[in-house]
Amino acid sequence: MSTDQISSRTAGGTPGVVARLGRGLRLDRRYLPVLGALAVLVLMLAVGQARYGNFLSGRVLSNLFINNSFLIVLAVGLTFVIITGGIDLSVGAVVALSGILAASLFQSGWPAAVVIPAMVLVGSLIGLVVGVMVHVFEIQPFIATLAAMFLARGLSYVISLSSIPITDPTIVWLSAYRIPVGETWTITPSGIIALSVVAIAFYLLHHTQFGRTVYAIGGGDQSATLMGLPVARTKVLVYVISGTCAGIGGFLFSVFSRSGYSLTGVGMELDAIAAVVIGGTLLTGGSGFVLGSLLGVLVLGLIQTIITFEGTLSSWWTKIVIGVLLLVFVVLQRVIAVRRR
Amino acid sequence: MTSPQPVVQMTGISIEFPGVKALQGVDFRLLPGEVHALIGENGAGKSTLIKALTGVYGIDSGTILVGGEERVFAGPARAQQAGISTVYQEVNLCENLSVGENIMLGHEPRRFGGIDWRTLRHRAATYLDRLGLDIDPASSLSAHSLAVQQLVAICRAMVVDARVLILDEPTSSLDADEVARLFRVIRGLRDDGVAILFVSHFIDQIYEISDRMTILRNGVLVGEYLTRDLPRLELVSKMIGKSLAVLEQLEEAPKRSAVHDEGATPALQAVGLGRRGSVQPIDLDLYAGEVVGLAGLLGSGRTEIARLLYGADRPDAGQTVVAGTPTRLRNPRTAMDHGIAFSSEHRKAEGLVGDLTVRENIMLGLQAERGWARRIPRRRADEVVERYIELLGIRPADPEALVRNLSGGNQQKVLLARWLATAPKVLILDEPTRGIDVGAKAEIQRLIAELAKDGMAVVFISAELEEVLRLSHRIAVMRDRAKVADLVNGDDVGLDDVVGLIASGRAS
Repeated sequence: MSTDQISSRTAGGTPGVVARLGRGLRLDRRYLPVLGALAVLVLMLAVGQARYGNFLSGRVLSNLFINNSFLIVLAVGLTFVIITGGIDLSVGAVVALSGILAASLFQSGWPAAVVIPAMVLVGSLIGLVVGVMVHVFEIQPFIATLAAMFLARGLSYVISLSSIPITDPTIVWLSAYRIPVGETWTITPSGIIALSVVAIAFYLLHHTQFGRTVYAIGGGDQSATLMGLPVARTKVLVYVISGTCAGIGGFLFSVFSRSGYSLTGVGMELDAIAAVVIGGTLLTGGSGFVLGSLLGVLVLGLIQTIITFEGTLSSWWTKIVIGVLLLVFVVLQRVIAVRRR
Repeated sequence: MTSPQPVVQMTGISIEFPGVKALQGVDFRLLPGEVHALIGENGAGKSTLIKALTGVYGIDSGTILVGGEERVFAGPARAQQAGISTVYQEVNLCENLSVGENIMLGHEPRRFGGIDWRTLRHRAATYLDRLGLDIDPASSLSAHSLAVQQLVAICRAMVVDARVLILDEPTSSLDADEVARLFRVIRGLRDDGVAILFVSHFIDQIYEISDRMTILRNGVLVGEYLTRDLPRLELVSKMIGKSLAVLEQLEEAPKRSAVHDEGATPALQAVGLGRRGSVQPIDLDLYAGEVVGLAGLLGSGRTEIARLLYGADRPDAGQTVVAGTPTRLRNPRTAMDHGIAFSSEHRKAEGLVGDLTVRENIMLGLQAERGWARRIPRRRADEVVERYIELLGIRPADPEALVRNLSGGNQQKVLLARWLATAPKVLILDEPTRGIDVGAKAEIQRLIAELAKDGMAVVFISAELEEVLRLSHRIAVMRDRAKVADLVNGDDVGLDDVVGLIASGRAS
């Protein structure tokens, strides 16, 4: 603590304003975890390139987006919840529910124009229920979303126990269509949707009052209430957003797998949480970035890719590396938080 | 006097919490263009009245008129929309956001539908300038001291075009310069027709700034007075409901000077103890039976030294010597084992557990010392708790009341009781009297003097130099994170000497 920032000058001389605005461009500590994720990503790309030669190709990197688009969307939704200091364990089960619901609706002949919005809305609805439970009944987010997870998973089993293939032409087209970007890069409609979600989330979080309220709640919801911010609405909305993202994730996953299955996405919520944390969002709330979560997903995806390239390693090594990485990042965040004090 | 229409008129307000009658039929009015002081001891109901007005608490009976219309606000947001802004005693801002955001949150300038960050920073800078604060709006709030955060909170209240500005203990963490600047701002706002409700325990400040005052005692209205019509002593006696003679007796404690014998072993000794960026290496000897005052401005290293002595921060120079034996105090736990207790200035964050009862909070320290596996028998706990509730005059005198529901001063007493129950050899008190009223202050001072007489070594930190001078046997003067002088208190040491040392670093 120091008082030297409070200069004793009076309002008479004001050389301050302009000079002060100019000083804003130094590195903020808050960005460090995100830069850490970026550094790991770059390092992994460099190691991959050095080891396998053809690693930095458009095909590998394009696939990274194609295979992980649903996880990107889930992680984005979770970022909102985690910044407020909450958690959402239901997203994996919602992916399954939304997928199996869609598959069975397609089976009974519903058109894609109805089914696709329904997939997304089922997520929003579950999010709304969770939000109301968390805010109105003051149930711990962990418990509320755990309940929602069982609910969604159970409903999936009720719809069907076995995997249902999706043959709807729109979905088939979406899953097969490739948009070439440059010479070797391609992008899928799923990738475009995922990146749009990232862009919208970025705008919401950093350029709207809603987004700033999300951060303020993470800083302390008592304070946010006393500051006169719409805490109630915002708290419910973050779960609606997370649920909606899970619904979109379910849609993207059914495009990816061209089927609906009630056992889809078991543990997927934990992958998404891992991505968010690796991307520099604090589980205690108040600090985090959507772009960090995107980087987190890419890091996870890249681990998988490297292990596939390695060939001889069991795919379970993915989990081990993720675990180690998660530990390192959490410790890094602690160190930064302690240093700051 | 022809008074204009009151902007706020509260009639017959009653609020009851479980076990506590916080307010009973209180009337209160606020006129535009005046500074109205709300005065009362801890637990008198000042904060409760404010929270009733701003809609944080619902009222059990009574009416609230704002601008002539009956209103009940659903929460601070609604109150703010109606032009009632509040700066609370504990700074209620978000430390994880930037200064600019904290000021403008909820009133962000927009461009193309999104927040216009450049304009936001610019406007925040304008408001900061109005208070004469030279800080970067883009910097994180947590990077600033409590005093600066307080001023930022006031900036925030100014953003809304407030008709009513409520300042709940705005000066308790500010130094004299900052108070003067705040008062300039308050006068400016008052002259613009804003009604200002000012809550403070500093009587001089009340007389300096307020036009009118309302006094509460134990949740009941004592009366409303024009400041110029009410002499100070009468104010104080109305506040605490005691006769003036008793008060004067409390205030007039004899001066003390050093009492330790030559060659005695200090109970705790700091030898070149320091920590880079926090406090420069200093020597400090604490003897049993003595109160050592740490005098200095906010940020002079007072608290930092206390934290080093308690093992809360790790020193990177020097050592601590406990009763003659060099001892490393690695953490508060070790310090406690050596009989060192530290009562923090942030009683909410670093001391009390709000959701536990008074009894549980008092027993925490004793139980921790004994080890968690060996429960203290209920009968003994009740005895201890009862003794301290009585000794310190904790109100309500109910061991089962939740600490959260107690007023600031009574919370402080609970914290003090917890440490006293462990019978420490060295007691470090960081601002034990901040934000508490005259009566309780005098009681705590008397208690500290008695503790020392019974053989405890006490470190007493306070921003109020008069208090330090009155209580201490010896005074260590801090300035710019270093000790500049060690005074033996006596009749020849006056306030001027200490102020001179703090100001210049040399004896005047």
